[in-house]
Amino acid sequence: MTKQTLAVDATIDGEIRRHGEETYPHECCGALVGAGNRVTATVALPNTTEEGPRRRFMVRPSDYRVAEQKATELGGDLLGFYHSHPDHPARPSQYDLDHAWPTFAYIIVAVAGNGVPRQSGGAATAGVMTVWYLKEDRSTFEEGELNGN
Amino acid sequence: MATKILIPTPLRPFTDKKDAVEAEGTTVGELLADLTAKHSGLKAHLYSAEGKLRSFVNIYVNDEDIRYLQKEQTPIKAGDTVSIIPSVAGGAPTAEAPAALPELTRDEIKRYSRHLILPEVGMEGQRRLKAAKVLCIGAGGLGSPVAMYLAAAGVGTIGIVDFDVVDFSNLQRQILHATPDVGRPKLVSAKEKLLAMNPHINVVTHDMALSSENALELFAPYDIIVDGTDNFPTRYLVNDACVLLGKPNAYGSIFRFEGQASVFATKDGPCYRCLYPEPPPPGLVPSCAEGGVLGVLPGVIGCIQATETIKLIIGNGEPLVGRFLIFDALKMKFRELKLQKDPDCPVCGTHPTVTKLIDYEQFCGIHPAAPEPTPSNMTEITSVELKQRLDRGDTLTIVDVREPHEYQINQIHGSLLIPLGDINKRYVELDPSDEIIVQCKVGGRSAKAADFLRSKGFTKVLNLKGGILDWIEKVDPSQPKY
Repeated sequence: MTKQTLAVDATIDGEIRRHGEETYPHECCGALVGAGNRVTATVALPNTTEEGPRRRFMVRPSDYRVAEQKATELGGDLLGFYHSHPDHPARPSQYDLDHAWPTFAYIIVAVAGNGVPRQSGGAATAGVMTVWYLKEDRSTFEEGELNGN
Repeated sequence: MATKILIPTPLRPFTDKKDAVEAEGTTVGELLADLTAKHSGLKAHLYSAEGKLRSFVNIYVNDEDIRYLQKEQTPIKAGDTVSIIPSVAGGAPTAEAPAALPELTRDEIKRYSRHLILPEVGMEGQRRLKAAKVLCIGAGGLGSPVAMYLAAAGVGTIGIVDFDVVDFSNLQRQILHATPDVGRPKLVSAKEKLLAMNPHINVVTHDMALSSENALELFAPYDIIVDGTDNFPTRYLVNDACVLLGKPNAYGSIFRFEGQASVFATKDGPCYRCLYPEPPPPGLVPSCAEGGVLGVLPGVIGCIQATETIKLIIGNGEPLVGRFLIFDALKMKFRELKLQKDPDCPVCGTHPTVTKLIDYEQFCGIHPAAPEPTPSNMTEITSVELKQRLDRGDTLTIVDVREPHEYQINQIHGSLLIPLGDINKRYVELDPSDEIIVQCKVGGRSAKAADFLRSKGFTKVLNLKGGILDWIEKVDPSQPKY
């Protein structure tokens, strides 16, 4: 089976990484807007989890609506969401799987701390970035391919 | 009667790409049943295997979340619009995700069987313990029982920070170390004992003094920090680092017959600074070396810290968050104070002013030791100088400001005992024209006594530098130290 591809250019790639570095040691989250399989904009959203932002993210329904509106304004569709894994590999967790929506692209970026507090700047560096799609039977995620063009 | 249902983007492949479809029903539950009957692909995504609406599926009738109406019994009227709105959640693997937990070996199952048959711990709790990483600050009075019980309980990784060597005076309470260990690094002794007790765990030793430069990096790989320190600068440092990193601090402290314990720096709980925004003035609260401590006391408090750590790991019970426990060993009484998170707290409040680690020695009013003035300045005398002057036949009044029970252990021959607490009444016994040498165990209390006497017009007061311990070391080794 061929992998699903998601086109993410350098600007979008940079936006996601920067967001993950800014919110380190907490998880960041945001929406992916575009058309077909090409992401043309990101919408950074607040992480409203109540279970500890170090290991969780939550986009609440009102922010989901904001993301859909933004997609409509930009003339695109909501293609999926991104989030960061601080000090963890860019692979989906069981929790990610349990909470996933079908058809959406889920980008995960691993962010590693540099051992200094975030307020002093240069606290974290974004590393590997991956994209995942939920299988229709919800049994697992399938890894897609991020395409830089 | 058909009701319009708005379908979110990710579910549209199951509704023939339509963003709105119609279904029938008089309640939300009936409506969704009809919807999933017509579009069967939706069911697995809206409902769990147990037939409950998934937590990230939000159903709105017009603009109201049905969680705040009558849930699935919410009635549907003509003209209502129902929306399915996703919340999107996820996150990195944690101890909460069972898939990420390590398996137990047959030997481990045997070893932990008394845990495994407790439903509150069970297989999952024991695997969480195995996956957990806990850092003990110090391998002393509190660190000993904490590390030993965590090792016995099967906490997979136990880190210990310490830079001290075992001294005879430690053995009365620091049960990780035994008589043959005197003179060995505490880390070496600790690791040996813990691994002998439980070879299935990993003990990581950090031979260093904890500082603002290394704390964040050191704490980063751990899940929970257990503070067993004996001084204020390190206590504030541990607290602030835990808040900045979002890691719980299982706190304990001991002095004489009284101990304290709490859990600080959890997400919604208070931190040490919510309780004590500022440290006490230096010297006001004596250390255990000065004030003494009942040997079994760190056992009681350390076991409370270990209990709280284990509860946090297995995620069961009511943690000591927002509660400050005070234990009095003489009265054998526990008291509990309620603690609230202070919104104005300088480190965990809504507008923190402390956003990185600071110089905690300075914060606690302790300044780096100034270079030693030679010969001794006008306010101090060394043990050797004192001995020379006594040998010369100078008339000196030596005032020992320690407690009577300390005086019984050792003393400078001919000294007069006036405990620091009595000096404000008994200074009249002294003649201001005499030359007075004040002395205690290491020189702290006697410095205060000297200041007091000067304030009362005594002009010839000298403080014995290093106290009786220095005197014994340099002048009179025949006497015991404590």
